[in-house]
Formats: sequence, structure tokens, C-alpha cells
Amino acid sequence: MQTANLLPLVLVLALIAYGLAYMRSRAVAAPLGGIRNLKALPFYYAARAALWCAIPALIVLAAWAGFEGQVIQGIVIATLPPESWPESPGQASLILSQISNVAAGKLNPEFVPDHIVAAASVLEAMESRSENFKAALVLLVAVGGATFAWTRVSPHVNARLNVETTLRRIFFVCAALAVLTTAGIVFSVIFETVRFFNRVPISEFLFSTSWSPQTALRADQVGSEGAFGVIPLFTGTLLISAIALLVAVPVGLLSAIYLSEYASRRVRSTAKPVLEMLAGIPTVVYGFFAALTVAPFIRDVAEMVGLEASSQSALAAGLVMGIMIVPFVSSLSDDVINAVPQTMRDGSLALGATQSETMKKVIFPAALPGIIGGILLAASRAIGETMIVVMAAGLAANLTANPLESVTTVTVQIATLLVGDQEFDSAKTLSAFALGMLLFIVTLLLNVVALKIVRKYREQYE
Amino acid sequence: MNTMNPGISGETKVGGQSKAVPVPEDKPEATVIEEGKTVGKPFAQDPKFKLRNVSVSYGNDRAIKDISLDIGRNEVISFIGPSGCGKSTFLRCLNRMNDSIDICRVKGQLMLDDEDIYSSKRDVVELRARVGMVFQKPNPFPKSIYDNVAYGPKIHGLANRKSELDEIVENSLRKAGLWEEAKDRLDAVATGMSGGQQQRLCIARAIAVSPEVILMDEPCSALDPIATARVEELIADMSESYTIVIVTHSMQQAARVSNRTAYFHLGHLVEVNETNKVFTSPEHQLTESYITGRFG
Repeated sequence: MQTANLLPLVLVLALIAYGLAYMRSRAVAAPLGGIRNLKALPFYYAARAALWCAIPALIVLAAWAGFEGQVIQGIVIATLPPESWPESPGQASLILSQISNVAAGKLNPEFVPDHIVAAASVLEAMESRSENFKAALVLLVAVGGATFAWTRVSPHVNARLNVETTLRRIFFVCAALAVLTTAGIVFSVIFETVRFFNRVPISEFLFSTSWSPQTALRADQVGSEGAFGVIPLFTGTLLISAIALLVAVPVGLLSAIYLSEYASRRVRSTAKPVLEMLAGIPTVVYGFFAALTVAPFIRDVAEMVGLEASSQSALAAGLVMGIMIVPFVSSLSDDVINAVPQTMRDGSLALGATQSETMKKVIFPAALPGIIGGILLAASRAIGETMIVVMAAGLAANLTANPLESVTTVTVQIATLLVGDQEFDSAKTLSAFALGMLLFIVTLLLNVVALKIVRKYREQYE
Repeated sequence: MNTMNPGISGETKVGGQSKAVPVPEDKPEATVIEEGKTVGKPFAQDPKFKLRNVSVSYGNDRAIKDISLDIGRNEVISFIGPSGCGKSTFLRCLNRMNDSIDICRVKGQLMLDDEDIYSSKRDVVELRARVGMVFQKPNPFPKSIYDNVAYGPKIHGLANRKSELDEIVENSLRKAGLWEEAKDRLDAVATGMSGGQQQRLCIARAIAVSPEVILMDEPCSALDPIATARVEELIADMSESYTIVIVTHSMQQAARVSNRTAYFHLGHLVEVNETNKVFTSPEHQLTESYITGRFG
């Protein structure tokens, strides 16, 4: 039986176990004078039975699915005549793919040696047998678990404790899953980064000022040395993020102050959702707005005042990105400003402070940790943004601080390096992982600094 | 009913013609109160506040119904009455703290030293500098003790030099009886102090801008008896130089600290009189029921 069919079947069995255990717990309780004489409510006995039914069965299912392939492959290889045993893992996978192609009917058996054909029939037989074994074992475990739990429905057993413990473990597994995923991503990036640094020295990567990741495809190709200096990318990222934050922080913060302290309830109830809608616009829409409307406008204005501006500029991307992240700043700031107790406002107003003095001297300092949190969230969003930059700021890795020139960012380069057909062991593609690693380290540092700041102020203001 | 009535003084006769129907003594809640009628002595010779026909409503709810009252200069007056009777609302009219509530409407005439509090030309900042307020729950700012007290003087420009500011802070803390406890830790965060200390800090903060009036909205309800006693001593000391209006749920407190006591009931000002008179021989049936603990 297929895993896809087995899974719902196990869940149905768990439901049945739930129902049976529920009925049994009531039946057990009835002669004692009601469910108050049980150690736990019927729900807990029932839930325990369902857990006993489902969890071991699912573990068996997962283990089978995980090891099935390897075990079968091992057996199939072992059936080959000793003289044709593979010598390397590469050869083994070659032989195995031949065998499975024959078994699946994609490869005509006449074209391959006899021992491969024999192995293919072994493979087929093993696979169908494995399916049956798996189904039988899983169902057996499910029924066994349920039966065990069913027999243990008794007034002296405290099922509530078991269920609570199990739930706690399930929650722990979910939390651990998130942590492990993060660790997995980090490690996969680290390994590829190390491979990259075997080809390109780390000092060149960090300190060289030229970025041109085209490497030679043929040995005799001309002019494709490849330069992997990350500095132009980071200055580009910083330039665009700085412009974005210069737009987003004042606009976001002041609009948050207006909405929370000055706006009437009617204005607030319409303006806040509209402002938050900015966050819901897809970045690609911002991207073509930046590329088709803002960037030409900036170029025209710059030319009018006699400045030279490229048609794709950091300024265009930064301005539009700033508008995009306004809601991150304003919404979070608005929330923390509202969370400052009304008694603080009253205290200040009652001393004869004006509304703006109250805002500036009492509410803003009290809300500062949350506001910084919002700004940093916006900053990490700006650093990670790709689409707007691709469309509005260009791909040229210029090392410049002039916002009217076109620049590129780390994320844009990662995207362009990995788009299309690429071989995954050239320095060009591997450099994407190194960039990713560097970006990860930078945002991590940003978060650590932010946490430190927030904690420092929190101590002061509580 | 909100017309000005400048001729009034000494006795009460404001209000409509509704009949006060006496009710059985065991059902004081059912007593009908004549709107705008206050027994006792609501008016004073040289009033700091002259309040006439004051009505306050929140949307359609009338919280204060046609109250007229004088508050004398350097007088301590306490407002008592059951919860929800409008004492705090009325108190908050005196420095326009109700302004921040959108739906709150104040009608009638409220004069501070013969200047209209609710005039459109009135500078609320100046009003609140003259009429300070202490709240029910101590609400020090999350700043240092020094900065809490210095906050008001700074925004009003009361000190030209740091030394002057230091002096104001020290004097205010001394007057609030907090100097000895706080002088060695002026830089400590105020929110780390005990509840009683925080409340005295709030009083010091209010004193620091040298107000003429201090409004206190149940200043001791969040404090233990010892801290309460200290705040009450403080009120007694301050009564020489300030006009103090205190809202309290504790009748003992009203009896201890105030010259006059005003009894509020369901938005009406029922009775105002010398404190000992209110507590020994109240004139109004409702006042008597309240102070003898029959409801409230």
C-alpha cells in the first residue's frame, strides 16, 4: 500500500481508538458512580489511546520511508555477480539507475547485460514486497498501540499526565524543527562557502574592490578571469538601504505619532489600514513603479539641475524601497506608542506640558525600544530586498557613493548568479553562497546590536 | 439651564422646580435629588474657583448635573461619594484634563481667579501649570528621580541655571517629605521606588512648577496605611500655601485633612459643608446614609 494511503488510514485508526477509549472510560466509570471517580476526564483516556495508536505507527512509517531505498539498493547490489560489484559510489549509482530504468521499463532489457536484468527483477520484487511489509507493520503497530492504551483505561491510571507529557514533547519537537532547519540552512551555506574559498582567497573576496563573476568556461577563453571583490556589492546594499531608511524612518515614525496621538478616531481607523496596505503590495509592482516612473523622473530632475544621472539609480530604488518599508516602522511604532500607559500622558499634561513636549520627552523615550525594533525590522527588510533593486538600480557593480549612479546589491547578485543553467561547482555559482553567508553574518550582527540596545533601554525604563 | 447666574452668593437656589419626595429611611438610594440644589454652604467669600451650573456629559450620558460650587483660597476641600458619582470627572474639569476625551462636553461657568477656564482663548498649558494634579495611581515617568521633578520646571523655563534647577528639585522633594530618602539616589530610576515614595514623588513633581492649586484624585487608594499617613501629613503641611482639592473614598481621610467636604451623588452635588459638620450632623438624608455606611 502507498504511504499516501497509509497515512489517512492511520489517522482513521487513531480516531477509532479515540472513540473506543472514550466509550470504555465512561463504561469503566459508570459502576463507580460517574466520571468524577476516574483519575482523568474521559477525553484524556481517549486522547491517550489516539496518541498511542498514531505516534508509534507514524514513527515506523517515517523510519521505513527513510531507510527503504538504501536497504533495497544494498540487497540488489549484493545479488550482482561479484565481478561486477561497483568500485566507487559513482559507479554504484550508475549501475543502480540502469537497474531501476530496466525495472521501470524505460530501458530495453536487450541492451543491458544479463546480470542487470536479473537485478532489475529482484528490485521489482523487493519493492512490492517492501510495500506490503510496510503496510502490515504500520497497521500492526497502530492497532497494537491502540489496544495497549485501551486495556489501560482504568480508574487508577492518570491519563491526563501522560497526555500532557506527550503534548509537551510534541511542542518541543516543533520548536526543535525550526531550530534544526535554521542550523541546516547555515551548515549547507557554510560548506559551499568553504568550497568557494578553496578557489578564491578570502582576502580577495573581502577586500578587493571589483566584482565581475564571469569565469572562463573553456581554458583558452579570453578576458574572463573573474573578480570576486564584495566591497562594491556591500556599498551598494548600504547605499540603497540607507536611502530607504532615510525615507522610511521619518515618514513612518511621524505618521505613527500622528496616528496615535493626534488623529481623531475616524482618521485613524481609515488611515492605519491604508498605510498597512503598502506592505501588501508585491515588491515586483514596486519594482516597475521604481523603474518606469521614479527612475526616469529622477533622471529628468537631475538633468534639469545639471547633474548627470543614470536611468537606473540607487536613489530611485532606495526611495521606492523606503516607501515600501514605511508600514514596518509606522505600524510597530504606533503599537508601542499606544502601549505607553495613559497615566504617563496624564502625568505630563497635568504638569502643563504640551502634547508635543509630552510626546518628545515622555512617550517617545518610553516607547524607544519598540521603535528601534521596528526600525531594525525595516532595515533587515531593506537589506534583503531584491526585486526593486534588480528593476530600478541595475546590475552594474559600481563602487560609488553617488546615489544617482546605478549600483547593485548582494541579494541581486545572488539572484543573478543562480538564475539559469549553471554548473554547481564553478567559482561563479559558489560565490553566491559566500555572499549569502556574509549577508547572514551582517544581519545577525545587526540583530545582536539591536537586542543589546533594546535590552539596555528596557532596563532603564522599567 | 446653563445661563450664567452671577447674582448667587451664600445660599443655594439654582435649579428647576422638581419636587423632592421624601422616601422611607431604609431606602436611601431611592431619594429623589433636586437637580442643581445643594444643601449646606457651597459658596465662599473669596473663591479661588467659582463654578456655576457646571454640567458634564459623555456623549448622551450626563456625568455631572448642574453643579455650583466655590472653592476657597488655600482651602482643603474633599469630594466624597459613591463610585461613579462624578467626583473625578468634576475634579478633572478644574484643569481641563477632560479635554483629551473626545466625547466629553463641559457646560456652565468655571472661573479660576475670575478668569474663565473653558474660554477658547485660555492657554491650557498655563492653566495646568497653575492647577497641578496628582493621580490615583502613582505615575512617575520612567526617568531618574531628579528628572521627574525637574521635568515641569524645565518645560516652563523656571530655572536659568543648573544650580537653580537643583534648588527647585531639592525644595520640592523637601516639601514632599522625600528629600531624606531620595537625596543619595537622585539618579536612580523613579519606577524602582516603593508605591508610597512614588506618590510623594508625584506630589513633588506637581509642587515643582509652583502651582496655586493641587488636585488630588484618590491619591492614597494605591498606598498602604503608613504611606497614606505620610501623604496626609504632607497635605496638612501644604494647605498653608496651596488650594487643595482631594477626591477620596476614605471618609476618615476626608475628615482628617479637609476644611470642607462635598458629597456627590449620581452626578449631583448633594451637600457641602464644614467637614466636621458633614460628619457629625449632615443636613441631607443621602449624606447621612452615606457617611453612616448604609450604601456606597
